[in-house]
Amino acid sequence: MDLGTTFLGLKLANPLVPSASPLSRDLGMAKRLEDAGAAALVMYSLFEEEVRHDEEAAARFIHEQYTGFNEADDFFPVPDSYASIMDEYLEQLQALKQSLSIPVIASLNGVHDEGWIHYARELEQAGADALELNVYYVAGNIDESAAEVESRYVEMLYTVRQQVKLPVCMKLSPQFSSVGHFVKSLQAAGANGVTLFNRFYQPDIDLESREVSNTLTLSSSYESLLRIHWLALLYGRVQLDMSATGGFHRAEDCLKAIMAGASTVQLCSVLLQQGAEVLSTILQDMREWLEENEYETLDELRGSVSQQHAIDPAAYERLNYVELLHSHKNPAGIWR
Amino acid sequence: MITLDGNEAAARIAYALSDVCAIYPITPASPMGEWADAWSATDKPNLWGHAPTIVEMQSEGGAAGAIHGAIQAGALASTFTASQGLLLMIPNMYKIAGELSPLVIHVAARSLAAQALSIFGDHSDVMATRGTGFALLCSGSVQEVQDLALIAHAATLRGRLPVCHFFDGFRTSHEVAKIAHLDRDVMRAMIEDDWVRTHRARALSPDHPVLRGSSQNPDVYFQGRESVNPYYAAFPEIVQSLMQRFGELTGRRYGLFDYIGAEDAERVLIMMGSGSETAEETVGYLVREGEKIGLIKVRLYRPFSSAALVEALPDSVQRIAVLDRCKEPGADGEPLYKDVVTALAEQYGNGVLRQMPRVIGGRYGLSSKEFTPGMVKAVLDELNNEQPKNGFTIGIHDDVSFTSLDWNADFRTDAHTKAMQAVFYGLGSDGTVSANKNSIKIIGEQTSLHAQGYFVYDSKKSGAVTISHLRFGPDSIGSSYLIDDHAAQFVACHQPRFLGRYDMLAKAAPEAVFLLNTPLAPGQVWDALPGSVQQQLIDKRIRFYVIDGYGIAQQAGMGKRINTIMQTAFFAISGVLPQDEAIAAIKHAVEKTYGKKGQRIVEFNCRAIDMTLEGLHQIDVPEEALPAADIQDSRFDRASDFVRSFTAELIAGRGDAVSVSRMPADGSFPLGTAAFEKRNLALELPLWDEDLCTQCGKCPLVCPHGVIRSKLYPASLLEGAPEGFKSAAVKGKDLPQDHAVSYQIAPEDCTGCGLCVDICPIRDKSNASHKAINMVPAEQVHDQDKANWEFFLSLPEYDRARVKTKTIKGAMFMQPLFEFSGACEGCGETPYIKLATQLFGDRMLIANATGCSSIYGGNLPTTPYTTDPNGRGPAWSNSLFEDNAEFGLGMRIALDMRANYARLLLNELKAQLDAELVEQLLSADQTDEGGIALQRERILKLRAALVKIDQPQARELESVADNLLRKSVWIIGGDGWAYDIGYGGLDHVLASGANVNILVLDTEVYSNTGGQTSKATPLGAVAKFSAAGRPSMKKDLGMLAMAYENVYVAHVAYGAKDVQTLRAFLDAEAHPGPSLIIAYAPCIAHGVDMSNNHRQQQLAVDSGHWPLFRYEPLRAAAGKNPLHLDSSEPKVPYREFVKSETRFSMLWKTHPELAERYLQQAQQAVTARYRHYEQLAAISWEDSSSGQDTAGGDK
Repeated sequence: MDLGTTFLGLKLANPLVPSASPLSRDLGMAKRLEDAGAAALVMYSLFEEEVRHDEEAAARFIHEQYTGFNEADDFFPVPDSYASIMDEYLEQLQALKQSLSIPVIASLNGVHDEGWIHYARELEQAGADALELNVYYVAGNIDESAAEVESRYVEMLYTVRQQVKLPVCMKLSPQFSSVGHFVKSLQAAGANGVTLFNRFYQPDIDLESREVSNTLTLSSSYESLLRIHWLALLYGRVQLDMSATGGFHRAEDCLKAIMAGASTVQLCSVLLQQGAEVLSTILQDMREWLEENEYETLDELRGSVSQQHAIDPAAYERLNYVELLHSHKNPAGIWR
Repeated sequence: MITLDGNEAAARIAYALSDVCAIYPITPASPMGEWADAWSATDKPNLWGHAPTIVEMQSEGGAAGAIHGAIQAGALASTFTASQGLLLMIPNMYKIAGELSPLVIHVAARSLAAQALSIFGDHSDVMATRGTGFALLCSGSVQEVQDLALIAHAATLRGRLPVCHFFDGFRTSHEVAKIAHLDRDVMRAMIEDDWVRTHRARALSPDHPVLRGSSQNPDVYFQGRESVNPYYAAFPEIVQSLMQRFGELTGRRYGLFDYIGAEDAERVLIMMGSGSETAEETVGYLVREGEKIGLIKVRLYRPFSSAALVEALPDSVQRIAVLDRCKEPGADGEPLYKDVVTALAEQYGNGVLRQMPRVIGGRYGLSSKEFTPGMVKAVLDELNNEQPKNGFTIGIHDDVSFTSLDWNADFRTDAHTKAMQAVFYGLGSDGTVSANKNSIKIIGEQTSLHAQGYFVYDSKKSGAVTISHLRFGPDSIGSSYLIDDHAAQFVACHQPRFLGRYDMLAKAAPEAVFLLNTPLAPGQVWDALPGSVQQQLIDKRIRFYVIDGYGIAQQAGMGKRINTIMQTAFFAISGVLPQDEAIAAIKHAVEKTYGKKGQRIVEFNCRAIDMTLEGLHQIDVPEEALPAADIQDSRFDRASDFVRSFTAELIAGRGDAVSVSRMPADGSFPLGTAAFEKRNLALELPLWDEDLCTQCGKCPLVCPHGVIRSKLYPASLLEGAPEGFKSAAVKGKDLPQDHAVSYQIAPEDCTGCGLCVDICPIRDKSNASHKAINMVPAEQVHDQDKANWEFFLSLPEYDRARVKTKTIKGAMFMQPLFEFSGACEGCGETPYIKLATQLFGDRMLIANATGCSSIYGGNLPTTPYTTDPNGRGPAWSNSLFEDNAEFGLGMRIALDMRANYARLLLNELKAQLDAELVEQLLSADQTDEGGIALQRERILKLRAALVKIDQPQARELESVADNLLRKSVWIIGGDGWAYDIGYGGLDHVLASGANVNILVLDTEVYSNTGGQTSKATPLGAVAKFSAAGRPSMKKDLGMLAMAYENVYVAHVAYGAKDVQTLRAFLDAEAHPGPSLIIAYAPCIAHGVDMSNNHRQQQLAVDSGHWPLFRYEPLRAAAGKNPLHLDSSEPKVPYREFVKSETRFSMLWKTHPELAERYLQQAQQAVTARYRHYEQLAAISWEDSSSGQDTAGGDK
């Protein structure tokens, strides 16, 4: 059974790729993932805010202490050298590259263009095989149009694309009015792939303190359906690689993503919950299903149930929605 | 050439030539130890290829002991100190010298604490070591510090005498100058291997053992002291020969006594230190003017070579003035003067000197008092008088003993005709000093110009004003004095509000450039200037430029950082360097500082630099203008004569002109003076929402500056309130319902730290962001609040006897007698002191260890300690750093003694007095405010009765009757005192059983001297002297104190559990024996914005870093477990706490593996400690005599 796939120009042994997560902070864990069959690894994200905070903190508390009274100019010894967040990231990237034989995809997460080119170049020099740009932008400004939001992404990609030779993949949120049109814009700007979709960690409200708090909840398989839906709609209509992420926990989820058109499927929550070795189980289950259904290569499966190839293409559109509503019945025993 | 300050110059040499440096922080010498520690942390090698061991000790006495041991065991050792620190080394110095042990102590010479502590420079400390047997070698400039430091290290090895190498604190230790660099080849050539090996061979070793440091008897001790004479006789020649060798190697020549001046000089000055640089400049100028004068610079002061001195003097000399930078009260002259007189007499007596010159001595420059060319000339002129004044002073106006010489303040030399002099007024926190140091480096390193920078600060920690004095010129700069009036070609004002407050244009020379940072548009600037500023701009034909530094900083993404902008503006308009070159250099410096670690910061800075060039505007100065009226200063309208004539002058920066008669001779000053400062620092002020407020009292509790107050007063008094005065009906059924409550801020004293808002627990139901107190732009409420504050002050204080002190709300109705200190914005210490003054201030004596709390508590010009409407308040004093517990114990003993005497007299006079009154006075319960109030009334009655009794005992009792009121003794200090230097005394006082209250303000670091490690510093924290993280656990001071069993101990953090803190203060004070409150105090040294003060306290408690507990010995007597745990078991991972503070988190950046290891250890340790406390608190005390541990006890 040939599970091989190509993603961002990288030849991969199979489609399963651990997505950007804390797992890649630990070399031992990364090795376990490789041993379990991971075909590539997306590193944890280098967050723009983290880098910025790191720089600000170094400036504020080390370089610009400005205590300013007679007995003390400052409070901290100023180190000759120290490791910035960026240094740590590059070091980890190099360590991963040394200890793994699978491709390592670096991940940049941010919304402003300041410094991105610089970061991207450094990641390229440090040996990243590809670059994932995760533009995590909350369009909170109500005076900013959808077109302006989209052009923010496109410009950032374009700028990075001009400066590095690495394959670049854009990780998107599902919150675009016209995902297909937008992906085409990204393709025109030079993206080699898109990852669908990022999961936003939603702010919560603490009833006690009435403060807004951030919570982290892991995904469920249900969330994969949104991804599958858009993969299916886009497959064959855009000429870039697509990766599925968000809610892929079981072999079934992954097979569906491939059927819808994904080149790779990125796993995270399931690995955090069940450990690296679950990847090999998923892979084995996929292999068995493919064998049972007499596939010889994964490529045969890819896009087979995309909208272009679906038995009922309309099922991916509005008709499906109406039918679903009509089919809904109240549970027995509950009067509404 | 390199650009550095005197401390770094000394540290470089000491580090290169030592195996061991034992260090301890003390201003202004601390940076020497800091440099050594920082270099050691990076394994920088010494001359022999290995990094010296740098060890911080618990005191300077400890440091001296450690290096004494190190040299006895064969190491090359040095240490660094100043002032009282050097005094603490004296016992060891006698030993070290007595044993002929080579060693160098580098001293940033500083005043000694006498009528007051002073951190500034003079020779009092060094002069106190004259008898120790150390050689004393003096440097007068940064160049000399480097050069003579090497000569000191070489001489001590060659001649076996230990050397105290000293230079003037601040003036030289902190002056940044461009000097010729000494490379290692020169060091190698100066230190012969043989000397080092011989020293090692003399080391104590079991392989060739000796007994050294014996005890001797009348038969031989005397002879032993005389046995060392040959070493002292030989030492001057050794130093001279090394100076010669040094001169051959470097071209820089020094002598034991260097003469400068006319060959036929008749009048000669003799002095040492930085003042001799000014004297050299002045003498040189006057000689060129034709005067027959000269100067002797003393370099080797001990052993004092009479022969070398006389040899250096020109034969023509007739009159000599010797200047001492110290004061020896009661002596008939200061030390150098007397040495010179003795030397001359001796050489005259033995015929070497043909005529005996007339010699006078005088004092100058104590505590860094300015010493200018005008003063040098005045002393030289005095020598022309037929009867020149002996024992004179220069630099002050002495209208008590009339010692002072007059001088011409306008006298100038020609030293700066080719130089540029520039003065900058900034805030300590705005980076002005840092930018100026950077400018000096740029000019020093990129041009052939010589450069000098010196920085003057005021005494505040928040909103400190800094004045930078920079000189650049083609010739070397020896001017060791500030830039004079009318002398600066460039004056910059980095803070617009300084304009009306400081007469900065007095410094400006005619046609100087004046740069003002102002948010005003160029067209609006002129009319907004104070009249006196306009007039000076016109009169001096000043070229006037403005820039909106804060506006540009904001636009460029720099926030409030204006330093690079103002630096760029200086280079752009001062003409000191070609503009393009200067801009490139600034950008290069920015790149060097932040490098690739801060690419964005570099970009922001570069953007700001470019914007600055566009944002500079020249303002046309009219030839004639009608000056606008100056703003009248009404701050002192209602002040006492003393405050108006003394304090106000100091606040205005005119303290130098205060005459001797206006100084209190014993150093006692009135309280309540901080209230006059009105520093108006806050850009935002808190605004009270009286409708939403529940009157919980938390905001006045946490306010670090005593700026926000709550007051309970009869509602009827509101009739006279200004419109807009805020009040609310009283909430709480126990309070008088006809009263009103106001929470009021003092807008002119607030620093805008925002902690009152942070602590407020009440939120608007419909708008979660709105609290019962909220920060608003200052201009929105300032004037209204000013009027409100005036009215608020006029309202009567609520009766203390009726206050429920056990609640925060109740306690906060008591007047704080500690207000408006100059502590840092958001200080974590001051709320504790303020609370103590609220609860006990009217009967409190405070013994305050030297440190932050003594600086914001007692540094002139003002004090935050104040009085209540009855004139009562905390009586405060600072003895030293190390002796504070003992100092407080002495107070307690005296009070008890006087109280006992009063009771004795009361019994003796019983027959003449009301028996019931006597009985009540003797048996009064004074454990609460009601009891205190009643006793006060009884004492008044007693006094009234005593007047009528005509007996000596009655007069005696009158003088001690106030001691019948229980006094509360508070011993306050930081962790450096309590854990380290003062621990021996603290321990002894705890053991004494005396009724004292010890408050340890634990910032876990030596805060005042700049963040050096103490034994309170936690494992893994980065601090000065622990650049690679502190490798050991914080000392558990509470547990040590609990071991005494009769000591009340509390561990508190008001930001985490305020009621526990309040309870601890009340319990501690009520405890009839010693009490120890260890108070967690977040500090800027933790690397956290102090707006997070409360969050950090909570995290410290929740993570187990700072468990809360109280240990009450009296409970044990009642069969109850004395220990209460007041915080729950650690519920937040320790990682979360340490990652929130730079002091810990920066270790992950420099030593990540170590950081992780320390974290794991610390996590285990805090958990284990909590378990330990928990078990202790759970032990049953019901039958403690059986010794049975039974779980489930009292807790």
